[in-house]
Amino acid sequence: MSKSYSLKYEENRSELVKGMRDGIPIGLGYFAVAFSLGITARAISLSPLTCMITSVLLHASAGEYAVYTMIGANAAYIEMAIMIFIANARYLLMSCALSQHLHPDLSFFHRLFMGFGITDEIFGISVARPGTLNPNYMYGAMLISIPMWAAGSGIGCFSGGVLPGRIVSALSVALFGMFLAIIVPPARENRIIGVLIAVCFLTSFLMASLPLFSGISDGTRTIILTVVISAAAALLFPRKEDAQ
Amino acid sequence: MTHSIFIYILIAAVVSLIIRALPTTLMRRQITNRFVRSFLYYVPYVTLSVMTFPAITKATQNPAAGYAALLVGILVAWFRKNLFETAIMCCLTVLVIEFLL
Repeated sequence: MSKSYSLKYEENRSELVKGMRDGIPIGLGYFAVAFSLGITARAISLSPLTCMITSVLLHASAGEYAVYTMIGANAAYIEMAIMIFIANARYLLMSCALSQHLHPDLSFFHRLFMGFGITDEIFGISVARPGTLNPNYMYGAMLISIPMWAAGSGIGCFSGGVLPGRIVSALSVALFGMFLAIIVPPARENRIIGVLIAVCFLTSFLMASLPLFSGISDGTRTIILTVVISAAAALLFPRKEDAQ
Repeated sequence: MTHSIFIYILIAAVVSLIIRALPTTLMRRQITNRFVRSFLYYVPYVTLSVMTFPAITKATQNPAAGYAALLVGILVAWFRKNLFETAIMCCLTVLVIEFLL
């Protein structure tokens, strides 16, 4: 008998609330990032409503940016499809990783909807949950952060550059602060992760600045480094069988 | 040839959904291969690290503010382990540094 994730049960409601609480900082960061995305959408004369619908469907910064650029360039449909595949390819890896945290009997629709909800941050906080992931936790985070993402892009598209540059500049690092809050605490307990983060920072920096690699887009760089470094770490430091 | 914005968005939405939901819906068994398990365990840390740096130094008007936010973010995350606090402290760092410079 599969486990019930119905909101009839107190345990599931409390997971939903936890997810919503953790979704607030993510949503705030999203609002700021989506705001600047909205300004991009305005430049190719999308309406705020179209921009918000796109944001709900895609909710991916690099992916949406790629789409807007392609629309602006009047690119072929297939070209845009390939571009968004590349820009979002890391979600394929995240989805594989997430699948390992789900109850084996979890229904198709839960799996579909959880897959739909994957973003860097929602994935990050979801896999960090101990044990089997309760879908309600992820839904809580989605319920707060995705509407804020959509609202940010719509308002950004509507109002253009009304926020002073200094405020936009400050808000834009919220996202990175969240990334750090996900990757740094585990490094306290596991030295390998600490070393891994340092290696990632260094290689990412080199790849972004060396002339040989600097033509590679941010999205492609993320994919290449993720695959190469994670594979190297898995070969050098395989996880013990019983470890979570 | 002109393209429809709605077809663009529809294609983008479908491709995104397939990428995100294919593994969660199809991979129902626990992976037993040790290499694959280890690989997937390291993926989130590597992806988030790579996306954080050097991007954080380019997100701000002044790169120095980005570096300061990185340092503050690491310290707050290390000692406080809190998502919201870390994000807010990074924002405040940038606000203060860019005000001073």
